[in-house]
Amino acid sequence: MAEKEGPLTPSKPAPWNNPAVRSIAFQALAILAVGYFFYVIFQNTLTNMEKRGISTGFGFLTEPSGFGILMSLVDYSEASSYGRTFVVGLLNTLLISVLGIFFATLIGFTVGVARLSSNWLLAKIATVYIETLRNIPLLLQMFFWYFAVLAALPSPNKSIEWGGNFFLNNRGLYFPRPIFEDGSGFVGAAVVIAIAAIVLMAKWAHRRQETTGQQFHTVYVSIGILIGLPVLAYFAAGMPISLEYAALKGFNFQGGMRIIPELMALLWAISFYTAAFIAEIVRAGILAVSHGQTEAANALGLRPAPTLRLVVVPQALRVIIPPLTSQFLNLAKNSSLATAIGYPDLVAVFMGTTLNQTGQAVEIVAMTMAVYLAISLTISAFMNWYNKRKALVER
Amino acid sequence: MRGEFKEIVAFAPPASTTGAIGWLRQNLLSSPFNVLMTIFSAYLILKLVPPVLDWAVFSADFIGKDQSACTSGGACWVFIGARLDLFIYGFYPFDQYWRVNWMFALLAFTFVPQFFDAFPYKKLFGLIALIVVPVVAYVLLLGGSFGLQPVDTNKWGGLMLTLVLAYVGIVAALPIGVILALGRQSKMPVIRTICICFIELWRGVPLISVLFMASVMLPLFLPEGMNFNKLLRALIGIVMFQSAYMAEVVRGGLQAIPRGQSEAASALGLSYWKSMGLVVLPQALKLVIPGIVNTFIALFKDTTLVLIIGLLDILASVQSAIVDPAWRQVSTEGYVFAAFSFWVFCFGISRYSQALERKLHTGHKR
Repeated sequence: MAEKEGPLTPSKPAPWNNPAVRSIAFQALAILAVGYFFYVIFQNTLTNMEKRGISTGFGFLTEPSGFGILMSLVDYSEASSYGRTFVVGLLNTLLISVLGIFFATLIGFTVGVARLSSNWLLAKIATVYIETLRNIPLLLQMFFWYFAVLAALPSPNKSIEWGGNFFLNNRGLYFPRPIFEDGSGFVGAAVVIAIAAIVLMAKWAHRRQETTGQQFHTVYVSIGILIGLPVLAYFAAGMPISLEYAALKGFNFQGGMRIIPELMALLWAISFYTAAFIAEIVRAGILAVSHGQTEAANALGLRPAPTLRLVVVPQALRVIIPPLTSQFLNLAKNSSLATAIGYPDLVAVFMGTTLNQTGQAVEIVAMTMAVYLAISLTISAFMNWYNKRKALVER
Repeated sequence: MRGEFKEIVAFAPPASTTGAIGWLRQNLLSSPFNVLMTIFSAYLILKLVPPVLDWAVFSADFIGKDQSACTSGGACWVFIGARLDLFIYGFYPFDQYWRVNWMFALLAFTFVPQFFDAFPYKKLFGLIALIVVPVVAYVLLLGGSFGLQPVDTNKWGGLMLTLVLAYVGIVAALPIGVILALGRQSKMPVIRTICICFIELWRGVPLISVLFMASVMLPLFLPEGMNFNKLLRALIGIVMFQSAYMAEVVRGGLQAIPRGQSEAASALGLSYWKSMGLVVLPQALKLVIPGIVNTFIALFKDTTLVLIIGLLDILASVQSAIVDPAWRQVSTEGYVFAAFSFWVFCFGISRYSQALERKLHTGHKR
C-alpha cells in the first residue's frame, strides 16, 4: 500500500491570476476611465463656454423670458421668467401624455378586440389599421394631420358646426367653457364624496360576496351615485356652474374654450399610432389565455360576458401589462415630437426657444432629460405596482 | 339471411353551411350583434375606400412635367415624379448618382439572400452585409479616395440618407449593445452599475432630446479645434441611443441561455471572453435575431427625427418640396409617397422577422 500523502493544498495563484484581485483591478480601472472621461469633458466644456462667453449656473431661470407661448395651462406672459417657461412646457408635456395614454388605450383595446372578432370584415379592417399605422413613422403621421388635414379646414367664418356649441376651423376646436362661481366647491366636494362612497361600496360588496356568495350589482348603483350626488349638490348650491359659449365676433371666435390645432394633430397622431401597438399587445394577451379556460367557464355555466370579465380578462391582463407599460413610456417620450409641429411642449419651449436665447445648453439639456427620466421612472413604478397587484399569486 | 350490401349515399351537407353562403353565415351573420358589426364595417368601407381610390387612382394625374398637368382634381402624382431625384438622392451631384445606386445595389445584393431559406452561402452574405458593406459604402459615398470626387455630407439626403442613418445606427449599435449587455450581467458591481446607468439613462429620454444634445452639447464637450459635421453628430446620438435598446434585446437572449452552458465552458478551461464568444453569445444572438430586426424597424422610423436638427432625410426632403410655390396643394401627395416608402420597408422587414421567429421557434413550441 502506498504511503498516504497529506491533503493537497491548492497552490496559491499569482496575484494577476487571482480572480478576486483581477476583478478589483478591473473595477478600479473602470472607475478611473469613467472619472477621467468626465473630467476631460468637464474641462473642455468649461473652456469652450468661457471662450463663447456663455455663463453657467441656474441663475437664468429667474430672468424674464421675453417670448410668448401659444398655449399654457397656467398664467404666462412675455414678462414671466424662464423658470415659468419650464413649468408651462412641463405641464403641456404632461397634458399631452395623459390625454394620449387615455385615448391610445381606449382605441388600442377596441381595435385589438376587433382584430379577434369572429366577424371577418371587422377583423380585416382592424388588421389593415394596425399594419398601416404602425409601419409609418409617427412624425410623418403628425405632419400629415397637421399640414395636410388640419390646414385644409375652413376659416372661422365658415366653421364646421355641431349643434351651435362646437365649432371646428383652422384656428382650432371651440367648445363651451364651464364658469365656476361661488359655491361650486360644493359640487367638487360632492364628486369626491361620490367616488369615496363607490370605492367603499365596492369593497363591501366584494367582502359580502367572499363571505356569503351573494352578489351585489355595483355598476348601476355606482353610476347613480356618481351622477346623482353632484347633481343634487349643484341644485342645492343654487346652480353655481354656468357655460360660456364660443361665438363668432369679427374674424374670430371669442369666449368658450379652444383646443389649438397643434394639440389636435399631436393627440390624433400619437393616439392612433400608439393604439396600433397596444392593439397588438391586447391581441397577444387574449390569445395567450388558453381556449380551455373559456370552455371550462362555459361548462360551469357562465355566460359569455362574465366569462370574459371573470376568467379571460384577468388572465390576459397579466400578459398585457408589462408591454403596455413600455408603450406608455414610448408615448410619453414620443410626445416630445410636438416640437416639430409647434405644440409648445417642454422640448419646444425649453430645449428649443430658451436654449436658443440663453445658450446655456448644459443646464437646459440636463433639466429636460431629468424631467423625462422622472416621467419614465414614475410610469414604470406605477405600472410595476399595478402589475404586482395583478400578478399570479403562487403558493 | 344474407341481405344485399347496399351503399347508402351520405346526404350532402345543408346548402346553408357550405360554399359562399355558409361562409357568409358563419363569418358575417352568425348573430344579431355580428350582423350589426357587418353593417358597421361595410358602411365604414363604403364611406372610405371609394373616395380614396378615386382620389389616388381614377381621377389622378400621372403624366406630365409640372403643375399644369394636374387638372383633373385628384392626386397630382406628377409632383412625385418630378421631384423623385430629390426624394431619393437629396442634393447629391447628379453625375455621381451611380455611386448611390451602387450602394443600393450592394445592400439589395447582400440582403435579398436572407429572405430565402435555400440560398447558398447565406451566412457569408450576411457577414458581408454587416462588415464589408458599411466600409465600401463609406468610401463610395463620401469619396475623396480612389479618384472619387469628394461629396460633402450636407449634400446627402432623401432615401439614401435615411438608409445610411438606419444602417450605420444598427451596425454600430450591435457590438456596443453586446458589450453593455455583458456588462449588465457582470458580477463586478462597478461595471454593472456603469452599464445599468448608461442603459437606463438613454432609454429613459426621448431620441429627440438625444439628438438635440448631440447637436448643441457635443461641440462643447470636444477639445478645441476638433469638430464633427452635422451628420456625424446625429449618428453619434443615434448610436448611443440605439445601443442602449440593443443591450436590452441582447440581455433577453443572454438570460434565456441556461447557466449550465457558461459553467460547462469554464469547466473546460475557457476564459470569460472565450466562453462568451464561443459558447454563450452565438446561442444568445441567434435567439434575439427577431428582436434585433424589430429594433431596426423602430430605428428606421425614428430616423425621421433628424429633420428637427436640420438633416434632409426622406421626410425632410418631402417637407421642403411641398412648400415649393411652383406646386399647389401637393402636401397630401408628398406625405402619402413618404408614408408608402416607409411602409414598404417596415412592413417587409416585419414580415421577415415574423417568418424568422416562426422558423427559430420550432424547437420549443408546445
